[in-house]
Amino acid sequence: MTVADHAHGDTALSIAAAVRSGARSALDVVEAHLAAIAAGDGDIHAFNLVTAEGARQAAMAVDRRLATGDDVGRLAGVPVALKDNLCTSGVPTTCSSRILDGWRPPYDATVVERLAAAGAVVVGKTNLDEFAMGSSTENSAFGPTRNPHDTSRVPGGSSGGSAAAVAAGFAPLALGSDTGGSIRQPAALCGVVGMKPTYGAVSRYGLVAFASSLDQVGPFARTVADAAALFEVVAGHDPRDSTSIPEPVPPVSAVLGEGVAGLRVGLVTELVEAEGVQPDVTARVRQAAAALEGAGAEVREVSVPAVAYGLSAYYLIAPAEASSNLARYDGVRFGLRVDGPTTGEMYDRTRTQGFGPEVKRRIMLGTYALSAGYYDAFYGKSQRVRTLILRDLDSAYQDVDVLVGPTAPSTAFPLGAKTADPLTMYLNDVCTIPSNLAGHPAMSVPFGTGEDGLPVGVQVMAPAWGEGTMFRVAAALEAAATTA
Amino acid sequence: MAQITREQVAHVAGLARLQLTDDELATFTSQLAKVLDHARDVEALDVGDVPPTAHPFPLQNVLRPDEPAPGLDRAAVLDGAPAVEGARFRVPPVLGEAP
Amino acid sequence: MASPWETVVGLEVHTELDTATKLFCSCPNRFGDEPNTNVCPVCLGLPGSLPVLNAQAVELAVRLGRALGCEVRRSVFARKNYFYPDMPKDYQISQYDLPVNVDGVVELPSGHRIGVERAHLEEDTGKSTHVGGSGRIRDAGYSLVDYNRAGVPLLEIVSRPDLRSADEARAYVTELRAILVATGVSDAKMEEGSLRVDANVSVHHPGAPFGTRCEVKNLNSLRSLGRAVEHEASRQVALLEAGEVVRQETRHWDEAGGRTHTLRSKEEAEDYRYFPEPDLVPLDPGDAWVARVDAALPPLPAQRRAALAEAAGAAGTAEAVAIAVERGLDELALATIAAGADAERVLTHVEHNLAVEGASALDPGRLAALVKLEVGGQLTATQAKAVLAEMVASGGDPAAIAEAKGFEAMGDDALSAAVEGVIAAHPGEWQRFVDGDDKARGKLTGFFVGQVMRATHGQADGRAVTGVLRRRAGV
Ligand SMILES: [Mg+2]
Ligand SMILES: [Zn+2]
Repeated sequence: MTVADHAHGDTALSIAAAVRSGARSALDVVEAHLAAIAAGDGDIHAFNLVTAEGARQAAMAVDRRLATGDDVGRLAGVPVALKDNLCTSGVPTTCSSRILDGWRPPYDATVVERLAAAGAVVVGKTNLDEFAMGSSTENSAFGPTRNPHDTSRVPGGSSGGSAAAVAAGFAPLALGSDTGGSIRQPAALCGVVGMKPTYGAVSRYGLVAFASSLDQVGPFARTVADAAALFEVVAGHDPRDSTSIPEPVPPVSAVLGEGVAGLRVGLVTELVEAEGVQPDVTARVRQAAAALEGAGAEVREVSVPAVAYGLSAYYLIAPAEASSNLARYDGVRFGLRVDGPTTGEMYDRTRTQGFGPEVKRRIMLGTYALSAGYYDAFYGKSQRVRTLILRDLDSAYQDVDVLVGPTAPSTAFPLGAKTADPLTMYLNDVCTIPSNLAGHPAMSVPFGTGEDGLPVGVQVMAPAWGEGTMFRVAAALEAAATTA
Repeated sequence: MAQITREQVAHVAGLARLQLTDDELATFTSQLAKVLDHARDVEALDVGDVPPTAHPFPLQNVLRPDEPAPGLDRAAVLDGAPAVEGARFRVPPVLGEAP
Repeated sequence: MASPWETVVGLEVHTELDTATKLFCSCPNRFGDEPNTNVCPVCLGLPGSLPVLNAQAVELAVRLGRALGCEVRRSVFARKNYFYPDMPKDYQISQYDLPVNVDGVVELPSGHRIGVERAHLEEDTGKSTHVGGSGRIRDAGYSLVDYNRAGVPLLEIVSRPDLRSADEARAYVTELRAILVATGVSDAKMEEGSLRVDANVSVHHPGAPFGTRCEVKNLNSLRSLGRAVEHEASRQVALLEAGEVVRQETRHWDEAGGRTHTLRSKEEAEDYRYFPEPDLVPLDPGDAWVARVDAALPPLPAQRRAALAEAAGAAGTAEAVAIAVERGLDELALATIAAGADAERVLTHVEHNLAVEGASALDPGRLAALVKLEVGGQLTATQAKAVLAEMVASGGDPAAIAEAKGFEAMGDDALSAAVEGVIAAHPGEWQRFVDGDDKARGKLTGFFVGQVMRATHGQADGRAVTGVLRRRAGV
């Protein structure tokens, strides 16, 4: 199977419409996608687990509800792939780590409950960098995922499995998580739409934590409209997440068609000129800005100086929180245990054999950043840098409605190209990190290709709760991209 | 701040309950040094008067009513456990009291 | 010659809050259930679970804070990171640099005011049972963990080093317990572990700076608290007088051995890597909430003692008053005294005859009536006690009960007749009573009163009998 077959594959909204109208059964839709997975995932390895039986059961349930005239929901019969760090009741949830070996969560993540309520059908759990720590999905205990556009290349990460699954047509929709770019960067490298919501817009309950103050769950789709629909299905206040925003989610699908005439768009100098951004990527971003201007937007270059500190602050904050979030993997209550003569020995052996090198590296970095004497210099200071970035962004948003820039510095790179030096890999996140530190929404929209013919993603950023405007701009870019 | 040392990395590994081989110790020491070196820009900032940010919305007093709800079925909880005895989680001998 | 050594004690008290559910999840907060029956993804620390703060735990924290006169502030939860099997997440959600309550005081019955530095919210751990070997932790074969207690809300109440003896340390915990119970914040049962105490002990010469302190853990009763403080203080004095130094460390109280031993030296102290809990948002109860709590605060033991002491006047010894308040009978005593009863008799009944179920339900008016009969000599102390027991058991009017029991007071004629009968029966003794000196007469008074009592089946009043005898003998 090639990507081409699916570039114009059925969209989530067209499937839902067909199922609701009775033109197509949910079971038929699911069987078609299970067949695509069976045929293609051997080469891609987007999935850690394909839940074929569960999917058929869920699809048949949708068809039965439909027969009885019940409301089957907005995503009736639409196949969805879940990043394997989202808890699914009774279904293994591995975070692509050995340490969760054999663990079946006794509960569903809130977003999984909301998918089911909307009639969506989960087809499987997708591969990721272990505990979402990486930018290539090479840090998986179960082997890497490959880019459907070129299987010698990475899909990006950490949500590489979800991005690849959507790009390969295994599912029209997928959920991922984005802590420093883990939805947007793989979306860019796989040529699909990927969106990170405002922090607190989507519940984190049931998302296995990497860095609690940065993590957000968000959608992957092949179209902006599909991404908007999935976002609206999973977003909204959840009393089980104390950081969940207790306000109605701004409408997104409803405003997609409003266009960008009169919108003020800022091209972020520091991101366009960021460390290691390739000229062909920059060229596409400038072309995208021009396209928006053509569509009636007012485009200017803006400076957001503090984003320069983003990478450093992120690589102190995220590992610090991770070092604490990952302490619970101790062999006592669930998952892997490598036994020992004492509980202390058991801890050491379990964690040493259960975690991969990148996870160990970040736990070490974070433990050091929090340890006596260094808290203020590292974690404390980095939390203040977030404020600086917020201030600079706020002042930029005095003059513009949205910001645009590259999503990733380069197109998809070959497997193994950046595994030798962690810092080189970390630099993939330089353009996406500022939105996580600010808690602002941001998304990546495919916009043509680089010199190597591989997809380039343009990033659209907005202030907190600015999803509506952000999606309008994304829709305009999508329209312009087809001619790009 | 001084360059991170091999001893510090070993100490941190102990806190994090990870066992490192000598090779890993060497690799991690140089890799952590590189990342911390990149972080010097943040370290150098004077942000004493800047408040920290953890959430773009200034939420506070997020509270739950004190109403009991059924928890997990015990069998389900214990099924997933590495070792169980008499409905309790079993662990090897614990040397020393909790801090 | 140096001044004598003085013991300096600061206490850390952990008390479980009397909520229906745990601090961050909806599992029941209940003691003594089957192991691992009150657990959920949150209190088991399962991946993906998140904490949500219990409003009632905040209410009780503020209530105690205000009862101790604390300032209630905007606070932030923090993670205290360390590995231990009874702590599901391998970090404890506590409060660190921004606790909810600061700067309070506990006033002891002695009047000594003990500073309280902070009283902050945190979650409890599960319970480990050490199996095999002697069952003690060091030589256990393995351990079993029950997480029913994991996540139960705790208040950690940290006193300033204002206590000066083992007795004062015990008095502080007793008073704090009384406050916790009076405010409904906790049942504060040391024996069930719902109140736990760690002691920071040092010694110095008054006027000199404080000595190096040691923290003593595993104090499971007021008794062990007192013993441990005394032992630890004398251990430190012995060291210093031998010219050695006290090392700052954490020590474990061995109840059986009656000694403390080293757990951890300062050097091996844990590095907890505290940082703000990113899964929770700041807590700021604010003025309105605090005002609401203040308005509903019940009278506290110290205030109640003061009120009763004032009403009882000279008759109210500090001890009798403290006992009345401890037994929750101070309101009864106040009302009874207000109804005109003799304060000393009232407090005597509270102390000796009313340590029983249902005592607080007594009608003050009737208790006052009983005391009046007693003081008026219509009832003897023995009879009054019997009547009181009946009043507690089944209510009723004291005079009626006395009558039903045949306790009706003897008239003077009947009394004189009884005395005459006894004199007639013991002419020899009577002669010696008449002729004898005060000493002999004193002895014989006892004899005659006893005889009259027996003859009247205890209905006669001792003091009345003595009066008749003396008048009859013309002395
Ligand atoms: Mg504590
Ligand atoms: Zn619970």
